[in-house]
Amino acid sequence: MSLPVTHDRRKCEISFTVNGVPTTVDAYPMERLLDVLREELGLTGAKEGCGEGECGSCSVLMDGRLVNSCLVPVLQASGANVVTIEGIAQGANLDALQEAFLEFGGTQCGICTPGMVMAARYLLSKNPHPTTEEIQEGLSGNLCRCTGYIQIFDAVANAARRGFGA
Amino acid sequence: MRSDPAEYELVAPGNLQAALSLLANDPGAWLPIAGGTDVMVQYAAGNLPARKLLSIWGLPELRQIEVLPGEIRIGAGCTYSELREHKTLTGEFPLLARAARWTGGIANQNRGTLGGNIVNASPAADSLPSLLVYEAELILASVRSERRMPYREFHTGYKKMKLAPDELIRAICLQPRFSTHVSYARKVGARNAQAISKICIAALGKAAGGLVEDVRIALGSVAPIPLRLVETEKSLRGKRIEPALVRLAREAVAAEIRPIDDIRSTANYRSIVAGNLVVEFLQKLGAGRNFT
Repeated sequence: MSLPVTHDRRKCEISFTVNGVPTTVDAYPMERLLDVLREELGLTGAKEGCGEGECGSCSVLMDGRLVNSCLVPVLQASGANVVTIEGIAQGANLDALQEAFLEFGGTQCGICTPGMVMAARYLLSKNPHPTTEEIQEGLSGNLCRCTGYIQIFDAVANAARRGFGA
Repeated sequence: MRSDPAEYELVAPGNLQAALSLLANDPGAWLPIAGGTDVMVQYAAGNLPARKLLSIWGLPELRQIEVLPGEIRIGAGCTYSELREHKTLTGEFPLLARAARWTGGIANQNRGTLGGNIVNASPAADSLPSLLVYEAELILASVRSERRMPYREFHTGYKKMKLAPDELIRAICLQPRFSTHVSYARKVGARNAQAISKICIAALGKAAGGLVEDVRIALGSVAPIPLRLVETEKSLRGKRIEPALVRLAREAVAAEIRPIDDIRSTANYRSIVAGNLVVEFLQKLGAGRNFT
């Protein structure tokens, strides 16, 4: 990975791919990826919950890895392939995992949902047939204050049974 | 209050030599940042004293796990996920693998690095007791030289360490000398994921004929630094594993640790649980069973 060198505190041009689209932003290198996504690029799916990496509401994929975008200085996303919740559905067509969240009541107020979907997607990409315990571990960094989690685990298990990650 | 990004400088030199040169040219001026799981938390809270940050995330020289004859060398920038995914490492060093699973949730494991955890120097860090019992060595790099240091000598006090201002931890070295030992690890916290430990333990032991032949015990969150219980180990070596040893073990542990009251627990609770954990370890050792 090669990153641009900057030697001052001014904004610099930082390029990366967001949901398949090559993107360049003019940003301070220490701006949080979360803020750049939401405020510069208008991608408000990733939410700020805690702002300290505890709640997972800001989860996105960076080079295929689940990360908390509140803890990523945007300079470190330079050259990366970033996928947010907005990059999952094809137009109005939700993917099977998102459908499962709806079907099983895995979403209520919705604040945690984008992060939950990204974490579940990451889990199933690594482990297409997780046990209940593995689902719990895969989502353990994502907090939900509405559902009690069971509906979310059911949704992920169902998507896995339907071969989502395979 | 939230920090203003305009007040911060962040540079990403792209290779280790360039990073070390920056550190050497202006020692003490730069705060290295790897995956940001600690630094960005301080930043978000407006508690980051440094204004100049040096990104070492993704430096290729810090990102390898090398399996050498008699040694596994873990690049300091390897993430907890990379440790978990490395079959040789997890096979030879189950206590480190276990701790890697306990450190944060998945997203933080994808960004948090072993070197970062060492330098962040939290006495509660889950991975550090395992490095103590495995007798890990650190490779410290600067433009001047590279030097090796036993990890047990690295932390000298709360958040104090033997790292020169122009140095970075380059690698953590582990020698697979303990494959016939019984392994024991536990984390006691409000929950396993994300929650910082109230107390954590890593231990290795070997028993023969009902006697403790070798024992290595390290605890987190019981002192200003992750603590190897050297005196307790001495008092246990050669002893018969029997109920009478329980009292001796509890007394030795209580005498050696220095726990405090804080937001996560109390000194009294930590002292009692530390004794419980060591006793449980001795039971597993007596039964010859791993518990990780």
